[in-house]
Amino acid sequence: MTDAAMSEDNTPKELEAALEKAPETEAVKALPIKVRATDVNVFYGDNHALKDVTIDIPEHRVTAFIGPSGCGKSTFLRCINRMNDTIDICRIEGKIEIDDRDIYDRSIDVVQLRAKVGMVFQKPNPFPKSIYDNIAYGPRIHGMVAGKTDTDEMVEASLKRAGLWAEVKDRLAQPGTSLSGGQQQRLCIARAIAVSPQVILMDEPCSALDPIATARIEELIDELRRNFTIVIVTHSMQQAARVSQKTAFFHLGVLVEQGNTEQIFTNPVDKRTQDYITGRFG
Amino acid sequence: MTDIPANDATNDAEARTRTREAALIRKRYRAERRFRMYGLAAILAALGMLTVLLVSIVSAGLPAFTTTQIALDLNFDAGDIDPGGSRDPAKLASANYRGALLKSLRAEFPGSETRQGRRDALNMISNNVPFVMRDMVLADPFIIGTTQRVWVKSSADIDQLAKGSIDRTLPESDRRVDNRQLAWFEKLEREERIRTVFNSTFFTTADSREPEQAGILGAVIGSALTLIITLLLSFPVGVMAAVYLEEFAPKNRWTDLIEVNINNLAAVPSIVFGLLGLAVFLNFFGLPRSAPVVGGMVLALMTLPTIIIASRAALKAVPPSIREAALGMGASRLQTVTHHVLPLAMPGILTGTIIGMAQALGETAPLLMIGMVAFIVDVPGGFTDPATVLPVQIFLWADAPERAFVERTSAAIMVLLTFLIMMNLFAVLLRKKFERRW
Amino acid sequence: MNSLILVAVLLLLSAIGYQFGRKRALAGTGGEIRGLHSLPGYYGAYVALWCALPALLVIAIWLSAQGGIVDSLLIAGLPASAQTLSTGELSLLLSDIRNLASGDITSRTPSPMVLAAAERYNDLRSTGFAAMVVVGLALGMAGFFFGWRAINPEFRARPRVERIVHWALIVASAIAILTTIGIVMSLLFESIRFFSRVSPVEFLFGLNWSPQTALRAEQVGSTGAFGAVPIFAGTFLITIIAMLVAVPVGLFSAIYMAEYASPRFRAIIKPILEILAGIPTVVYGFFAALTIAPFFRGFGESIGLDVASESALAAGVVMGIMIIPFVSSLSDDVINAVPQSLRDGSFAMGATHSETIRQVIIPAALPGIVGSVLLATSRAIGETMIVVMAAGLASNLTANPLEAVTTVTVQIVTLLVGDQEFDSSKTLAAFALGLVLFVITLCLNVIALSVVRKYREKYD
Repeated sequence: MTDAAMSEDNTPKELEAALEKAPETEAVKALPIKVRATDVNVFYGDNHALKDVTIDIPEHRVTAFIGPSGCGKSTFLRCINRMNDTIDICRIEGKIEIDDRDIYDRSIDVVQLRAKVGMVFQKPNPFPKSIYDNIAYGPRIHGMVAGKTDTDEMVEASLKRAGLWAEVKDRLAQPGTSLSGGQQQRLCIARAIAVSPQVILMDEPCSALDPIATARIEELIDELRRNFTIVIVTHSMQQAARVSQKTAFFHLGVLVEQGNTEQIFTNPVDKRTQDYITGRFG
Repeated sequence: MTDIPANDATNDAEARTRTREAALIRKRYRAERRFRMYGLAAILAALGMLTVLLVSIVSAGLPAFTTTQIALDLNFDAGDIDPGGSRDPAKLASANYRGALLKSLRAEFPGSETRQGRRDALNMISNNVPFVMRDMVLADPFIIGTTQRVWVKSSADIDQLAKGSIDRTLPESDRRVDNRQLAWFEKLEREERIRTVFNSTFFTTADSREPEQAGILGAVIGSALTLIITLLLSFPVGVMAAVYLEEFAPKNRWTDLIEVNINNLAAVPSIVFGLLGLAVFLNFFGLPRSAPVVGGMVLALMTLPTIIIASRAALKAVPPSIREAALGMGASRLQTVTHHVLPLAMPGILTGTIIGMAQALGETAPLLMIGMVAFIVDVPGGFTDPATVLPVQIFLWADAPERAFVERTSAAIMVLLTFLIMMNLFAVLLRKKFERRW
Repeated sequence: MNSLILVAVLLLLSAIGYQFGRKRALAGTGGEIRGLHSLPGYYGAYVALWCALPALLVIAIWLSAQGGIVDSLLIAGLPASAQTLSTGELSLLLSDIRNLASGDITSRTPSPMVLAAAERYNDLRSTGFAAMVVVGLALGMAGFFFGWRAINPEFRARPRVERIVHWALIVASAIAILTTIGIVMSLLFESIRFFSRVSPVEFLFGLNWSPQTALRAEQVGSTGAFGAVPIFAGTFLITIIAMLVAVPVGLFSAIYMAEYASPRFRAIIKPILEILAGIPTVVYGFFAALTIAPFFRGFGESIGLDVASESALAAGVVMGIMIIPFVSSLSDDVINAVPQSLRDGSFAMGATHSETIRQVIIPAALPGIVGSVLLATSRAIGETMIVVMAAGLASNLTANPLEAVTTVTVQIVTLLVGDQEFDSSKTLAAFALGLVLFVITLCLNVIALSVVRKYREKYD
């Protein structure tokens, strides 16, 4: 990514127009595929955590993974930016492609991959640094900024995009941990978008937050999808219904069903999906 | 990388960006490798220092486990030993064995008639030979008047010479063995009257001014006596304190104070405990100096925090469900603790105690303060006898100028380390055996 | 030894008391345990405790007080000429009397006065001992009967026994406090006596230290000088050198252990590194004198530097080696306590491992690391044997690590080991140094422990 591309909208004009016009359900089919997973299997030691997952994730849309806890949805999410590499006993088979390149290929550098695929975690985890340094951290290590003014602009732009600028612009030197839970999570989102990723993974980003903070994050997610491809894991079906255009239902390590959010919630094909959505198990 | 349709100019810019990015990545990975190397280097440095320490001690100490003996023809001259011919044991015990020895030496070493020669000859052998002769006579008075070939201990200098620690090519003035002694030694060597044997003296005697007669038994017994006192005092008190703090104490200022206190005591320099022992036990209560009982008390105070902290951790690891089950059966709190919690925590408590004892065994500084640093040639027989301990013995020998003591210091360290390793291994095994996962 | 027999007799009596108490309780219900309030053993224990505790307590007090009382009685009985002696001479006389009484060799030929006193001393002691035996046994028997009579089936023995045990537990845990009080008191009292002779200002800010006071007033340098600045500076210098060795090596080992090492590597290397912490300090001292100091000396000579054979450098480096495992294991704990979520956050940004460590983990763990370094510093300051054996006695005021310096602990040992008169300024100076040492290490420990605790609370 170049500096110029980062501050601009990187959605092509014609696509933008199509997005505005077409109903959401249509858009999913029409849009190019950003992430394509084929027959992904994950093992933790002897435990077969994920079985033959095949899914396409469309660009500039929000894709939600839902399912009961322990179903493998977070595990799969962590495969997309290779966060599972940090776990010694974890072994991954199958193929995950981003822009038609296998991210588990030997030529792929995991550091660069993660700059391209950002992640936001369940619990807000700001670094024990100032708000400013939290945002500047990523651009600095990736050599995206040179000099103070450059960094200042970058920090401001990222915080603005995350809708946090107004709240923190006077106290950038305070530690990130001094913010409220919701603000911390938006700080983490700002931190993630500061390195201009193409995909942002969100692992239950609202589970530690109160309803008002949750609503703000959800609004933010909806705005961000213009510029980024977003994959969100959530345990809340309402949230999935509210923010996502595509939904995938995981159960016991198996991807049971995927499709347009509307269709999954109104007319699920699989009995298990139906049971989960109607609250028979969860 | 990007979806924007490209023309030539942007292609060019993009290529430049890519090279820049690749260079940056390479730089970052170099930094990563460098950082990792620092960590590995630090560990290797620490390991290297440990190795140097152990190797230098062991290589210096190994020779001390052997000693050199000389076969001497000892003339038990009747005129010196029993001039009256009475064979009275009391007279035999105090007879002039030195005279008899000197006669034997004159016969053995040509050139030892002069004053200087006699001194040289006496310096060939350990100065305990007259006592060896006395013991032989007392055991068997019939040897009086005969000449016996006896393997006697060589002096420390000759021992060093035999072990090759003294360079024979040095000029005479720089050598601890003069030319005459060297000639005698080489002659004895040719006659195969020099032998190297296991140094049992080292394990069977106490300290001595003569290196060849010095041993560690006195210090080992002293350490044992001291540790017994330490264990008897610190184990019950430590466990009781831990039980109180963990099981009974209410959370209030008083118990907070005790806790802070214990944590701080664990970090107080050991020499301060020595000052406490000197001021309180010796000067205030008038207990004897240099006694294992006082040493044990001082070390007990020092070990107490270790035992309390370890015992509390062990008690804390016992799940509350066990307490609840016992209390639910109608047991009193004390019964719950003594019948159920303590037995379950005991392996952890014992492990902590052994580690505390190992620390106490290696401790030197506080014992210097209470006078356990005296030169003591007798093996202590009780808790109030003057005694020294193994680490203090090491300290004393390390100060001695003779080369032979360097060897013995290192050997004593090897013995001390062996004890420590055994104690720690025992603690590890105990922990392994009783490791429990609830 | 005789008191030991008395104690053994009392313990035997209390064992008998246990049996009697048990029997009496059971007899009250005709052998039915169900009729008793408590288990029979508690009745036994009740009698046994009554039997042993008061008697043992009295004997303990008696033994600790007897020495002082006998001494004062002895002094009171001495002729008037002896009463006017100075404290030092009096204590010398007393030790002569004691030695003579126990049949040891005395420092001078005993005068008739001393002989008579020795006899009186033995008399006093044996009378005292006899009285103690009588009182102890009487108390034991009285306790026996008191406890025994109280027993009947309704008697609530268990709660009473448990109360006593409870108090015993409290006393045991108070010993930690008593130790601290004992340390503070003994250091403080002796230091106050020292400061009544040497002003605290001279002690704390004086630049000249030569505590060797002469025995006779006309000797040269008889006054002695007690300016401790060179000692503090020496301690500081050696501590700095030690920390320069221990902190980088310890910290980097901890980082490697916590972040990079495989579990297998960790399982093997960590215990080996901890051997360094288990080696007695006297061994390090010998190692410094045997290997390191000659090495530095030889190395210095080869590059044309004059290194003292007891250089601060050698002592400091060896002390640093000793401190390494403290820094590394404490820092290892601290680094492991940094939550995984921070690591994940940084990795997810595309940071490399070392960037994560340097920019996220170390800043997060900094308070804990600082705490562990402070603890290690306090250990270095209080370390005795290494410096006694490898650093010198010369009180040089220098910042040159190649010269010999002396430290607080070295001076304490030098002043107190060997023959000493307990009243001289020289001996008291050791306690003043001890007080300084205690206060400094205590401050470091308190700060370090509270920093570490705050840090733990933050991430728990």
